[in-house]
Amino acid sequence: MSLFDFLLSRKKTSSASIAKERLQIIVAHERGSRGQPDYLPALQEELIAVIRKYVHIDQDQVQVALENQGTCSILELNITLPER
Amino acid sequence: MGKTTSSAAIGTGLALRGHKTVIVDFDVGLRNLDLIMGCERRVVYDFVNVIHNEATLSQALIKDKRLDNLYVLAASQTRDKDALTKEGVERVMEELKKDFEYILCDSPAGIETGAHLAMYFADIAIVVTNPEVSSVRDSDRILGLLASKSQRAEKGEEPIKEHLLLTRYNPERVARGEMLSVDDVEEILSIGLIGVIPESQAVLKASNQGVPVILDEQSDAGQAYGDAVDRLLGKDVPHRFLEVQKKGILQRLFGGRE
Repeated sequence: MSLFDFLLSRKKTSSASIAKERLQIIVAHERGSRGQPDYLPALQEELIAVIRKYVHIDQDQVQVALENQGTCSILELNITLPER
Repeated sequence: MGKTTSSAAIGTGLALRGHKTVIVDFDVGLRNLDLIMGCERRVVYDFVNVIHNEATLSQALIKDKRLDNLYVLAASQTRDKDALTKEGVERVMEELKKDFEYILCDSPAGIETGAHLAMYFADIAIVVTNPEVSSVRDSDRILGLLASKSQRAEKGEEPIKEHLLLTRYNPERVARGEMLSVDDVEEILSIGLIGVIPESQAVLKASNQGVPVILDEQSDAGQAYGDAVDRLLGKDVPHRFLEVQKKGILQRLFGGRE
């Protein structure tokens, strides 16, 4: 690595910018799950268990989200099935 | 994070500007507002005594020695945090409202009973944050609770007005990329900035003496709190102490202190 690269890379990854990036991600994630019912994570676990009986999927291939639209709530299920 | 220091400074600032103010300590079991305000030896009755009708409000209110229109209501040091009840706090708040222009509730850390009740009846919230990951994340969580778990939210009224107060800010470290900048924190939390308090030796000096730092008008922190109070009262004051202070040659030579 040349000296120039070294100086450049040091500038890019200042600890403050790492902090900012990490915070933006975690805060966005936590805002997303704010106000959701407590049973959602458990529901997700059980759904994965059921689907695993038939296909092998990972934890992050199932997304459960609850959206409130006026008087009704929509439970959105997003399952990415692996390619055959 | 500086909640008690900020409560003491802002409360004193409001009183200095002619508004009758009371500062209420909600940190039951770990009271410290009395120490920061320098009235620790004058606490006879506290907030919990008033809630449980063991003392009247006028018996429990401690008048500040420096300012005529400033009072402190201390938290109980012996009871546990569940000694606060929603009904009790509401009654005391209603009673205080009749007499005071500003009621400043000094919230304990965390999201338990004390913190919940400190924010529950609020009209305005000042969220005190340090430029540090854990503090910023906690503040975001508190903002979520302000928007959902307050009386205004539950009654469907106009939401609590939220202000960001950034404390222990060190412009030198920000310039070196070692500390989150004001803009970073503002961007992440997306609420309006009411003040930036520079990391300052004056804060420790003030708490050592039991004098709210805002009364140290020579200090940078004291001036920054003064600006924040003016903004709270609706004045348009430019932010100071955000840039690295250039040291003069004498300061360089003798290691200047504020």
